[in-house]
Amino acid sequence: MSKATPETTLSARNLTRCFGNRQVIHNISLELKRGEVLGLLGHNGAGKSTTLQMLTGCLLPDSGEIEICGINLSRQPMLAKTHIGYLPETPPLYRELSVNDYLTFAARLRGMKPAAVAEALAQTMRRCGLEAAGKKIIGTLSKGYQQRVGIAQAIIHRPAVVVLDEPTVGLDPEQIREIRALIRELGNAYSVILSTHVLSEVESVCDRVEIMQHGKLIYGDTSARMQQHGQVSGFIISLRKPPALSELEGIAGVSSVEQISATQFRVLHAPDDNPSGALLTLAEQNGWRVEQLTPLQATLEDVFVKITGAEKGTAEEIK
Amino acid sequence: MIRLLAMRELRSLLAMPSTWFVLAVLQFILAWFFLARTEAFLEIQPQLAQLANPPGVTTTVAAPLFNTVALLLMMLVPMFTTRLVAEERRNQTFTLLLSAPLSGRHIVLGKFFGLLIFLVMLMAGVPLMLYTLALGTHLDHGMMLSNIIGLLLLTASYIALGLYVSALTTQPIIAAIGALAVLVGLWLADIGASAENSPWHFISPLNHFQNFNAGLLDSGDAAFFVLFSIFFLLLTMRRIHSNRIYG
Repeated sequence: MSKATPETTLSARNLTRCFGNRQVIHNISLELKRGEVLGLLGHNGAGKSTTLQMLTGCLLPDSGEIEICGINLSRQPMLAKTHIGYLPETPPLYRELSVNDYLTFAARLRGMKPAAVAEALAQTMRRCGLEAAGKKIIGTLSKGYQQRVGIAQAIIHRPAVVVLDEPTVGLDPEQIREIRALIRELGNAYSVILSTHVLSEVESVCDRVEIMQHGKLIYGDTSARMQQHGQVSGFIISLRKPPALSELEGIAGVSSVEQISATQFRVLHAPDDNPSGALLTLAEQNGWRVEQLTPLQATLEDVFVKITGAEKGTAEEIK
Repeated sequence: MIRLLAMRELRSLLAMPSTWFVLAVLQFILAWFFLARTEAFLEIQPQLAQLANPPGVTTTVAAPLFNTVALLLMMLVPMFTTRLVAEERRNQTFTLLLSAPLSGRHIVLGKFFGLLIFLVMLMAGVPLMLYTLALGTHLDHGMMLSNIIGLLLLTASYIALGLYVSALTTQPIIAAIGALAVLVGLWLADIGASAENSPWHFISPLNHFQNFNAGLLDSGDAAFFVLFSIFFLLLTMRRIHSNRIYG
């Protein structure tokens, strides 16, 4: 395999899954390359966890194929699963064991040789910031530390694919920052899939985003491009001595102006023709006294609502 | 892998204070039974000595004690088997095993042997106590051995059944009470059935233990325990596989 195209570590094709009569996953296909962090984004109950359970072999899909590093998960589950590290929604911790014992067990469980475990253990503990907690009983650790132990068990055997189901839920902001940095670091060496409903997480750690709704993938792109999706071109300007609204509207390139308060205006324009320069020059000449000019930026929240909302709209139209 | 899982099971059990509490209380109860039996034997010994072929200390002290342990096991095993699958599923730790490169066989046998080793440790005190009698009298080693083998087989069959009930539910309480109900039910059906050749006698593990208890090594009884255990272990493996299918 050439270095230019990184190998595909995980590929899932046309996964479907029913619970009883209710179909919860509709025809999902995913692909993941080495060194990539994929964010699976969706509302609660969109089917994220079910998808991840299928990718890790905890749940069998009704139809569809999953390959981990080219090994078919349903035909050779034992071999394929050695390449997976999985952190479920609730970290699977044996609360009565010490951190060292638990992580050693997790490593051996994934087929690591006893001789290699000690070194992997030391490295993983360092990575997850658990050096001081080695001898502590897991049940006595704080939620944040338990989450770290959960991540540690998923990466100790150096799997090609790391699957994290809502890794930062219930953590304080400081811990969230640390865990995100860790995920980013993991993304350099392994492939990571993480599910989340926190949009800023996607912004800060993911290379690529797939949005799920009602068991379908409705949007997939790089996270940078997702931010541009539906971007509004415009800015908000504050003027201490504002002119009449019509005067602002008259500036070349401005498509619409909306007055927000006595001194603030939202100015919209065409994407390729930014009139802010002209407006500032005019303000200088006429003494409007510019205080602030803030470009409008679509947050992921906006984009997400827009995409999922649009999907809802088309679904209703079809009905 | 099976050994790794069994050792983990054992380590978890020994790491919990509740296990040590159960161990302590049980040793106390068994020691009490042993003392009471020995005392009763000492009281009636003069009368026994007048008989032509008097029953020895093994028949009057050891056999009833083993029988008591067999009855206690019926209540004890469900308390431990409930942890094996039901509680693991409720605590979501079972996902670790499901996502690891293990087959159902590894998981089931690992758990089975883990608990079996623990219960053997728990019951090891009984023959040790009885062998202290060897200091003052002669023990029937053959009868002791048949009782020990019988108890071992009985324990294995109870664990296999408890493990299966445990795999049926995610509620530890239901798993415990369910296994208890089945075990006590089998026993009650056995002692309730009056007909000599009733099928209830045949399917009751405790009934098959009686021969071992009397010092009789019957390969038919041994085969029953082995088949009984294998049957429920296979059912558990099936059940764990269908968990992946039905979620």
